[in-house]
Amino acid sequence: MMLRLGLATTLALAAAPLSAQDMSGHEGHGAPAEKPSTEQPAKDDHSGHGEMKKAPAPFKLPDMTGAPQMDHSAHAMGDIPSGPPPAEAFEGPQHAADEIFGGEAMAEARKTNHATHGDMLTGTIMAERLEVRISDGHEAFLWGVQGWYGGDIDKFVIKSEGEGEFGGGVEDAEIQALWGHAIGPFFDLQAGARIDLEPESRSHLVLGVQGLAPYMWHVDGALFLSDRGDLTARVEGEYDQKITQALILQPRLELELSAQDIPEREIGAGLTKIETGLRLRYEIAREFAPYVGVGYEAKLGETADIARLAGEDTDGVAAVFGIRAWF
Amino acid sequence: MSLPLPAWARGESLTHAKQGFGEVSGEKIALSVGEHHFGVGGRKGHAIAVNGTVPGPLLRLKEGQKVRIDVTNNLEEDTSVHWHGLLLPFQFDGVPGVSFPGIKPGETFTYEFPIRQNGTYWWHSHSGLQEQAGHYGPIIIESAEPDPRYDRDYVVLLSEFTPRHPHEIARLLKVGEHYFNNQMQTATEGEMSVKERMMWGGMRMNPRDISDVTGSTYTFLINGHGPMDGLEYLFEPGERVRLRVINGSAMTFFNVRIPGVPMTVIAADGKDVAPVEVDEFQIGTAETYDVIVAPSEGSHALVAEAMDRSGMGVASLTSHAGHRATPPPLREPVTLTMADMGMGSMNGAHGGAMEQDAHAGHGSMAGMDHGGMDHGAMGHGDMDHSMRDTSKLPPDVKVGPGLDMVSPMPMDRMDYPGLGLDNVGHRVLRYTDLKAKRMNPHRMPTRQMEIHLTGNMERYMWSFDGKKFSAVTDDPIRFAYDERVRVKLVNDTMMAHPIHLHGHFFELVNGAGMMNQPLKHTVIVQPGSTATFDVIANEPGDWAFHCHLLYHMHAGMMQTVTVRPFPAPGEGA
Repeated sequence: MMLRLGLATTLALAAAPLSAQDMSGHEGHGAPAEKPSTEQPAKDDHSGHGEMKKAPAPFKLPDMTGAPQMDHSAHAMGDIPSGPPPAEAFEGPQHAADEIFGGEAMAEARKTNHATHGDMLTGTIMAERLEVRISDGHEAFLWGVQGWYGGDIDKFVIKSEGEGEFGGGVEDAEIQALWGHAIGPFFDLQAGARIDLEPESRSHLVLGVQGLAPYMWHVDGALFLSDRGDLTARVEGEYDQKITQALILQPRLELELSAQDIPEREIGAGLTKIETGLRLRYEIAREFAPYVGVGYEAKLGETADIARLAGEDTDGVAAVFGIRAWF
Repeated sequence: MSLPLPAWARGESLTHAKQGFGEVSGEKIALSVGEHHFGVGGRKGHAIAVNGTVPGPLLRLKEGQKVRIDVTNNLEEDTSVHWHGLLLPFQFDGVPGVSFPGIKPGETFTYEFPIRQNGTYWWHSHSGLQEQAGHYGPIIIESAEPDPRYDRDYVVLLSEFTPRHPHEIARLLKVGEHYFNNQMQTATEGEMSVKERMMWGGMRMNPRDISDVTGSTYTFLINGHGPMDGLEYLFEPGERVRLRVINGSAMTFFNVRIPGVPMTVIAADGKDVAPVEVDEFQIGTAETYDVIVAPSEGSHALVAEAMDRSGMGVASLTSHAGHRATPPPLREPVTLTMADMGMGSMNGAHGGAMEQDAHAGHGSMAGMDHGGMDHGAMGHGDMDHSMRDTSKLPPDVKVGPGLDMVSPMPMDRMDYPGLGLDNVGHRVLRYTDLKAKRMNPHRMPTRQMEIHLTGNMERYMWSFDGKKFSAVTDDPIRFAYDERVRVKLVNDTMMAHPIHLHGHFFELVNGAGMMNQPLKHTVIVQPGSTATFDVIANEPGDWAFHCHLLYHMHAGMMQTVTVRPFPAPGEGA
């Protein structure tokens, strides 16, 4: 949009014109701006590469002699056979350039090629939520960070999330180290370990899936088996609705479940917690977007009963302010 | 300049590459590849320049001559030069790992081959992502016979410049969701109904995936000059001007037009075609078209609009030095349609050529519930399944995470003018307009094969037959020497791919008749569609075959085409 306006206005303000060079020579304009260099750069020993060495005895790949002989004259467009290539297509060296430049140099070049033609390794770190949560008198903070490094199929994945109150320290903190493996076009299987630092040290085995569900929901679900044998699960999903190219509304939903009571964590079996949120972010750059929003969380089922008995609130609404940033 | 030491070793800081190019010619040519800075239109960054310019120098050659080209690498990494469209011994084709080992830092490699053709071509690095950084330039081969068709001759080399390092672009394509796309559909923009949006969302596809990298980071260049630079092509009224349009970009298809000035296409990919007059044409990455124009007195805007309409290259074709033409505004962004999903025509029942009106209204899918959809038995509920029915694939296509879609009903779209150009109200070139000027030999193919173009937009994986190049290094596509093969390319993605075969010209099967099929080195396969060519494999050796979108090739959309026996009978040994 800016460019459109820019073109119209700036082009009117002509600077010194640049002339394209007429290449025809019909007008005498074709004089080369740069004379062909007579001074050759220092040469190395590549000069003899033009000559071809004698081909070694052709190694035979699958015997194709059974392939049907082809009649070159009588085929109409529709009935061209689609079998394997003729036998001679398998003759000669596996790599023709090996014959000219040597097998070693070419093997090295092919190896280098892998990284630049499919096997690139890369990664990213994203803080999806770095936020302050304000609810009737409480000021809390929360982080949710995730990163990965690897290739298309296998990745090393790291995740961390936690929360706490300003002045009250960190209440929950965990870090996960996972191996991610693509199991379909849109989903990765993830397996690894989770270490809880708060409320107390505990470790879990993790098995989960993460990816893009139909209707563009980013989902992440995992089972956690703790070192005390407790099985819990967590499912979260979020969706980016563009209002404009830079203004994005993100609904988010998270559910936690437990297969058994975990008294020391005040958790009852069944659905334990729901967390929903609606965040409106503005991408100043794709990588940096401040947001405002609202979050609601509630303890559910037996977990809520336990909280009620202890005289605690079972749910609460918070205004959230934060930053989504990635590298 | 020809010292083999790189600049850093000589204790020098990087120099600024000159915009635009000089010319080199004769039987001995020296090129040196070096690191530079480059700036255009306020964007500045790292560049790889050849002989100190971006683009690199024009190679002017003559049909029938011999040429020896010494390429000196002053970079700190390997480099290469591929002569795009030239017929030559395969070991001089310049693809590291396929035709030669590459040129090491500080080394000089000598290319030496006879010039067997004439026309408009180009050269570029085939190493990593260097082409994006400025390592490319034009080639003109004058015909052995005088060519009386024109009075003036200009190169129009289209490309992009980005201040970002190409490796960073490759990373952002892998990790950032549509990082460069600022034309996504939003709640407040776009004509699609909620139902249609749901359908695209259900497939996890984005109907505005036109270009992966856009004007958000690219400045579009003509001969190295940005739209604000005021590049001029001078002419005298009454002259016939030959414009040699080369798409030397890394990732951009351009819509080329000169409003008010019809263009007569006389060559495609360097090969003469029967003249055809058009008002606009879309040029895929790595294609070339030669056109003749005879503009009236005045200044005319030569516009190369990026296919996704995120920017344009601009120059003035003028009879008055210093007068700039005013370019037209950018047109509305393009939205993909049913045909681009490989669902054939929206009217469904048509088995033949695509109906032009399928794209009317820029992607309105009003016909969604009618005809084709019902025939295809694709309700919304099972859309996801229908868009990836892997039973439709031949057995040699690998089904895995790298394949996010299978075109349910791919159709040949040789008569399609290109994304966004089916409804512009003037004459746009289509592949079906191209007819070879010289007759091809009358030979039937003796074999046919199918190659699927496969990908995963979300993961940014691209491949042929579901297998990345890194996985098939030792399993090439095999042709017997002098075999004539019919190759059908099936695009199982929603992007247009310009597919390039090295060392050969193939004939587009475009309905022009067996002997008039146009010769090309690069063919656009439209989204969700097929394109078919006939090729005579008469150049022994190993040749690269790949999508010419640089980051698609980098992601693995490449293969080796092996022509055997090697050496050919009666040669070498």
